[in-house]
Amino acid sequence: MSAALQAVIVGAGPAGVRAAQTLCRHGVRPVVIDEAPRWGGQIYRQPPQNFVRSKQALYGFEAGRADAVHSAMAGIAQQVDHRPDTLVWNAEGGQLDLIHRGAIARVPYRQLIVATGATDRVLPFPGWTLPGVYTLGAAQVALKFQGCAIGERVVFAGTGPLLYLVAYQYAKAGAKVAAVLDTASFADKLAAVPTLLRNRSVFGKGLYYLAWLRLHGIPVHHGVQLEAASGSSRVTAMHWRRNGSLHELACDAVAFGYGLRSETQLADLLGCRFRYDAVQRAALPERDAAGRASVAGVYLAGDGAGIMGADAAEWAGERAALALLADAGHAVDEARASELEEKLARLAQFRSGLERAFPFPQDWAAQAPDGLVICRCEEITAGELRRCVRESGVQELNRLKALTRVGMGRCQGRTCGVAAAEILAAATRSTPDQVGRLRGQAPIKPLPFAAALAAGEEAS
Amino acid sequence: MPLLKRLAETGRVPVRFTLDGQARTALAGDTLLTAVLTQSAQLRRSESSGEPRAGFCLMGACQDCWMTTESGERLRACSTFIEEGMRLLSGAAVQP
Repeated sequence: MSAALQAVIVGAGPAGVRAAQTLCRHGVRPVVIDEAPRWGGQIYRQPPQNFVRSKQALYGFEAGRADAVHSAMAGIAQQVDHRPDTLVWNAEGGQLDLIHRGAIARVPYRQLIVATGATDRVLPFPGWTLPGVYTLGAAQVALKFQGCAIGERVVFAGTGPLLYLVAYQYAKAGAKVAAVLDTASFADKLAAVPTLLRNRSVFGKGLYYLAWLRLHGIPVHHGVQLEAASGSSRVTAMHWRRNGSLHELACDAVAFGYGLRSETQLADLLGCRFRYDAVQRAALPERDAAGRASVAGVYLAGDGAGIMGADAAEWAGERAALALLADAGHAVDEARASELEEKLARLAQFRSGLERAFPFPQDWAAQAPDGLVICRCEEITAGELRRCVRESGVQELNRLKALTRVGMGRCQGRTCGVAAAEILAAATRSTPDQVGRLRGQAPIKPLPFAAALAAGEEAS
Repeated sequence: MPLLKRLAETGRVPVRFTLDGQARTALAGDTLLTAVLTQSAQLRRSESSGEPRAGFCLMGACQDCWMTTESGERLRACSTFIEEGMRLLSGAAVQP
């Protein structure tokens, strides 16, 4: 092995695991840092050790894939320096700052594979901060990781493949699904069929979930507009509009989301150059077909660098590791590298079809009432953001953050960033591209007080 | 009234803790969020409005589930496992 190799992988989802496996095959022992206690990422998240459900029960159609990723990591567990329960909160000068169970540490790297994954893309509606209202991802985590439903009678809302998948998983697990409210129209889905047919297995599953829900008498409404969730100390009803008429549905839980957003803060701290991606409506770290970022020695793989899904994450993780190895002077299988790039390119076309089937609700900002809370950390409303635009003439998102604190709270804009950009773009009659992107800042997630103190002392 | 409903994995070992001073029982492998929300409907109150909150993303991103213990420690409820004897505060009025 080359002496110049000191590889660290951040994230142990499908991308991180395949990257680690590829490095191990070439005799390289990477450090694998993961926030979760067990590998698998969000999609293949494993429940705690003492849980007993089968992989079939946990992952359904994806059981085989989940098992393959879990087994791949189990197979190299002795060959990697796996750091579970560990958060990377800063990156500077070839070192990552970590925190593990309240204690800070540093790990140096020369090569870094960033496989940080994604979270739900959230566009709020009035009442979204009520107890009982969660993201679609949260609803899935509750079920998969804890064996719980988020309520007795659950409404699933928003749009995207996860909407149908999670509704199906809930119904299958014995939860009562009150309705599926899709903001995308049925016509959007039909228009996307030709592109989606390029990936028959994924498309087939999507149709299966929809058909299954219908067959089991679960109401599925397309082309809806989400009005509000209501309740005094917890959600008790969801209100929505379709073809002009208002509907109300009693429920004790709501799960919603609009596809996923990439977790890019680490790439940002590393100084990676970003580019606006019109299909994903987000600024994403640039990468070449192999996964090389604009910063030498940094590689990007999986949903953290643009939403492509779990299969693509596995391929991109392997491809990025091959690039890392080749750049460090190792001989790699070039044919395999090309094959992976071709697979990824084919899936990218399918990805654009998904965007057509589940389009971003472009009129969301125009419909958002002034009283709507955009930032749930500091409870900053759409009206406050609009007033700031009117009074200060602000046009850029980080400036808006400085003036109003939107995106400055504990979540650092992970939850409100998309919505804040949309509100600013609409208020300035520009586009999310033109208003810029929220800059990542260390610590990228909150540190316990004692750890923050220790980190400060060490720095001074 | 609880928020979460257990659908599976109910044969685990019980873990005793207190919520706002009341004795409660969870199951080994529960996160604080699960332990609390299977018996109650909030984890904390918003610092700005004082309104109840019960988490949002469940994957360590939104930071809206930080709970406090009686000794003043702060714990992220979605990613911290319940332990025997934990004394958690949710900011809810203490139920008789």
